[in-house]
Amino acid sequence: MIASGLQIYGAYARFGERGGPYYAPNPFQDHGFPAWSRLGGWLAGALNWHFTLMWPLIVGGLLYLSYLVASGEWRSLLFRPRDIRGAIEMQKYYLRLRKDHPPQGKHNPLQKLAYSFIILMGVLSVITGFAIYKPTQLTWLTALFGGFQAARYWHFWAVWIFTGFLVVHVLLVFIVDPASLRAMISGWYRGRFPSHD
Amino acid sequence: MIDRRALLRLAAGAGTASLVAACGWDGGNAVRPLLLDVSRFNDWVGEKIFFSKSRLAPQYDIAQRTVSVPSYFISPMMPVLPNPSAWRLQVGGLVREPQSLSIEQLQALPRTTYTVKHHCVEGWSAIVTWHGVPVSAVAERCGMLPQARYVRFDSFDSGYSNGWDLASAMHPQTILAYGMNDNPLPPTHGAPLRLYSPTKLGYKMTKYLVSLTFTAERPGGYWEDQGYPWFAGV
Repeated sequence: MIASGLQIYGAYARFGERGGPYYAPNPFQDHGFPAWSRLGGWLAGALNWHFTLMWPLIVGGLLYLSYLVASGEWRSLLFRPRDIRGAIEMQKYYLRLRKDHPPQGKHNPLQKLAYSFIILMGVLSVITGFAIYKPTQLTWLTALFGGFQAARYWHFWAVWIFTGFLVVHVLLVFIVDPASLRAMISGWYRGRFPSHD
Repeated sequence: MIDRRALLRLAAGAGTASLVAACGWDGGNAVRPLLLDVSRFNDWVGEKIFFSKSRLAPQYDIAQRTVSVPSYFISPMMPVLPNPSAWRLQVGGLVREPQSLSIEQLQALPRTTYTVKHHCVEGWSAIVTWHGVPVSAVAERCGMLPQARYVRFDSFDSGYSNGWDLASAMHPQTILAYGMNDNPLPPTHGAPLRLYSPTKLGYKMTKYLVSLTFTAERPGGYWEDQGYPWFAGV
């Protein structure tokens, strides 16, 4: 999905109507991405990958969200206003301004914040994608993001933020608790943090 | 401590992904047909779920027009008619009365003018005013037969052509344009006549038109036959 998106980006490597002004910041303006990062070979090939892989992303995403709702698991993931105080306490603990680990459920408030944020980014990636895919049929949606070129801009950034989170997240897994990588895929945890069970 | 098996699996996955990416892979013989099948499915989704016969593309103020709009043709040189006054649009296929229409005859038919956003498959967009006759008015004039399900548009630009679904072709904003930004259509943008619609990507809008043919079978197209999405609705 990302690699074919980078190939598509190269066909018009900026965000804005013809003749500008262009949306900023965009460190990639007027630059394509290196060949190793791209998929599709050319624009049509990349579009066909992108518009094929969008289906597993959408279906998988909807199944995941339905599961969260149906199982009630959303309760332990969703960051709500009442988690703000706990998040501050948790941050204090990480900054060593507080000695004892604040009590928590399955996830602490900062984890809830991170997981709620990343789900939002995933949803935003898909929705901004639709805004670019059908800007005339979904005029209202495209307008919500500020128009076609602005929607392209948000689509691009939503995916970068999503990717950045993913990289840091998986790096932390290897540094802190490799066993949880298996849990992410299989759903079963057998590691050194009992609270994860 | 890093879990060895997990790392191996991850490396295998990343290796495959980067190999695929490094080859600039359009899917090859194994995957490309599958991708094209999904593209056909997406055509269906585009036409049956997203497209609406009555939904009109938003219009813009002429003050918002784009100053310089890129022009494309596939011929090595800009296609120009040797004898412009001899040009006629041939309308045929599944019709009661095939027609041969001059620009004057087309201009005498109901005229539509709108200022809309153009969406290119590459990702750029531009705002332009177009003047022309709705394809539906031409269909009415030639007595389109009920068996017609598609329209094929042919050009004198080295065989460039496009195939359209009938619903999109009959959309009120789908026109045969003879004017652009209050002027006659310039040769850079398809003179004397081009197809235009704000509901499709730019490559679906045949320039340098010579004929319009109503068919029962789905016609291909220059870019579509090379793998670009066929429906290409926006």
